[in-house]
Amino acid sequence: MRRIYKDKLSVGLLWLCGLLSLAFLLLVVGYIFVRGVGAISWEFLTAPPRLMGKEGGIWPSIVSTVYLVTLSLLFASPVGVGAAIYFFEYAKNKRVIRYLRFATEILAAVPSILFGLFGFSFFVNFLGLGWSVLSGSLTLALMILPTIQRTAEEALASVPKSYIEGSLALGATRWQTMVQVVLPAATSGIITGIILAVGRSIGETAAVLLTAGSSLATPNSLFSPARSLSVHLFILATEGISNQRAYATSLLLIVLVFLINILANQLRRRLSRRSA
Amino acid sequence: MKRRREKIVFFLALAATISVAAVSLLCIFIIIEGWPLLKNVGFTPFLFGTTWEPSQGKFGILPMVAGTLAVTFGALLLAVPLAVGTALLLSEFAPKRFASFMRPALQLLAGIPSVVYGFFGLVFLIPRLAALFGGSGFSVLAGSIILTIMILPTIASISEDAIRAVPKSYREGSLALGATSWETARRVVLPAARSGIITAILLGLGRALGETMAVLMVTGNVATFPQSPHSPVRTLTGNIALEMGYATGLHRSALFATGIVLFVLIIILTLFANWTRGRAS
Amino acid sequence: MSTKIQVRGLDFFYGDHQALVDINLDIPANQVVALIGPSGCGKSTFLRTLNRMNDTIDDVRAQGKVLLDSEDIYGKDIDVVQLRKRVGMVFQRPNPFPMSIFDNIAYGPRIHGQRDRTSLSQVVEASLKQAALWDEVRDRLNQSALSLSGGQQQRLCIARVLAVESEVLLMDEPCSALDPISTIKIEELIYQLKEDYTIIMVTHNLQQAGRVADRTAFFLTGELVEEGPTEQIFQRPADSRTEDYITGRFG
Repeated sequence: MRRIYKDKLSVGLLWLCGLLSLAFLLLVVGYIFVRGVGAISWEFLTAPPRLMGKEGGIWPSIVSTVYLVTLSLLFASPVGVGAAIYFFEYAKNKRVIRYLRFATEILAAVPSILFGLFGFSFFVNFLGLGWSVLSGSLTLALMILPTIQRTAEEALASVPKSYIEGSLALGATRWQTMVQVVLPAATSGIITGIILAVGRSIGETAAVLLTAGSSLATPNSLFSPARSLSVHLFILATEGISNQRAYATSLLLIVLVFLINILANQLRRRLSRRSA
Repeated sequence: MKRRREKIVFFLALAATISVAAVSLLCIFIIIEGWPLLKNVGFTPFLFGTTWEPSQGKFGILPMVAGTLAVTFGALLLAVPLAVGTALLLSEFAPKRFASFMRPALQLLAGIPSVVYGFFGLVFLIPRLAALFGGSGFSVLAGSIILTIMILPTIASISEDAIRAVPKSYREGSLALGATSWETARRVVLPAARSGIITAILLGLGRALGETMAVLMVTGNVATFPQSPHSPVRTLTGNIALEMGYATGLHRSALFATGIVLFVLIIILTLFANWTRGRAS
Repeated sequence: MSTKIQVRGLDFFYGDHQALVDINLDIPANQVVALIGPSGCGKSTFLRTLNRMNDTIDDVRAQGKVLLDSEDIYGKDIDVVQLRKRVGMVFQRPNPFPMSIFDNIAYGPRIHGQRDRTSLSQVVEASLKQAALWDEVRDRLNQSALSLSGGQQQRLCIARVLAVESEVLLMDEPCSALDPISTIKIEELIYQLKEDYTIIMVTHNLQQAGRVADRTAFFLTGELVEEGPTEQIFQRPADSRTEDYITGRFG
């Protein structure tokens, strides 16, 4: 009898853990939603800020975020996918592979603030790019590179060997097989990784703050400084400028991440359906 | 045709080495920038110095080390049981529909930017902590709680994968001997998943150590040793983020030197995680 | 000769699919009963109804009675956990836990409340001796059970069940994953164990049934076609389907 009580108590505790985790999510999202949804309007999204952000909208930050994220993807995707292809197809020396992989792992583990320091020291100062969209996106590119590379590698590895063997058995070269069979099959996996990387770069604050600056003007060139959405939120919140607009910006960020997750999940589901 | 392909392969190989180039450059530049401070003040007084007062030329980061350790340790204390418990629940006891609903929920929790968590902590947690315990509310406790929410999904989902990977035959063997589901989970499944769970915890630890913005926004940023969970503190990462905007000369170099310390910590952690993973297989 | 288990009118469903049809069978105590039949005939399903291991699968339903010492194990107030202590199971593939040999055997007694180290040691030794494994592992009880060979692992799993002091042993093709020498050892073990236990064994190997079992039951597409003393089933089967299976006309 005691065993049954102990059993039920323990499982009950587990349920407590699970529900608490769920409660965290509902609390954070719900609280911000309730307080932020009121401030979101067409004007908010398309107008520039006034009075340091106390009034007006967040249009420049939206533009900045789009520039930063798009450019960082443009830089990181070819490198990440290219590296994955190289590891998949050409890298034969085991020791070299291990070192290269280890470097990617370290890159993945480096905290964002260190990327900020490096970006500041290297891109902003050493290369003389200054606080700019360019410095910011190059730094971001380095941060999302390991994610893109890892998911691309997994996508390539999960292409069924039967496809590859079938192609080779028909007399195709390894190169033709790679380009015409493997890459197309791995595309959704690779794109999923890219989408996840977008999610990461949208939320990145510390590194962007140190490399793209915090000017409120809408950036009009690669060398203009830019204030991304997350940096804008940080400044609004810590300098107590406008809680209401901070809530709205937070909500916008959460919605963006949510949409990105849904997109990535849909793609992953389509992927598993195809290979199953 | 073959020349073109050879060129492409060359670029692919180049791509593969970018990570190495990036890491090396990172090391080099951070060390170059941080070196002046280490030369001037010395490594030991830097790491173990107890006063951080750049305007007076005092560059001891021990209070920030203590701050980082306190917040991180507190977060692990809260997050690990919650996360592993959730993972066990989802894998062994919860109905399938609940489990498949929790997965995207945890994903969303993991994807929310840290500034948003910081802001949430600022407007929701701090006032309540101040009301409950007095003081300003900015504290180690606030940092730990926010960090817990942030690393919980990471530890939970990786632990869940590890638990699900335990072969079904173990569970059947245990049930057939007259054990309950809970006893099976605790005595057979959990120990069998141990190495995967440890990896999950190490990954969560890594995230916690590197976390900057959220903790920065709720811990009060006083560069002193924490006396209690309710003391305000400053972390290593927060220190850099806060002062980089206006630091010059030796001060700036000190911030880079802090970066070196962080970097070394991360490398040690990564090596350790690899070692435990290697030992498991 | 007393009856240990009585099955009356047992129907079993996986969802809408009926896997067992009106099974009626008596299992006498302290004998070995072999369940034979082609793949998919329901013999493993039937075996698993005897310790309610099928309960772990979603959307299953059992109708009818299964009486263990005159008590219906599908009754309302039955403690399934206790049932599985009395009716133990050995699986087709050996499944030792990733623990030491000692901890594997001690697992059952520990679950059921035994904590004293000395008593546990005694139980472990007795069970390993009964399973004819003691001499081979006595000086490496703390080594991982996964370091044993396949045949040893299976004997370990048998010892693990013996440590729980069951009354009935269910064996689901216990030798099909093993080499011939291990198979012989386990068959000898079964012959000795029947003195203290009631044993029900699913087997694909007709010769094995002939060697080891006192009684044999032939299953076909969910029905119990025929059951009786092994010699009778093999040499004078009453049903033509039984004869066809035994003589290898289908399998």
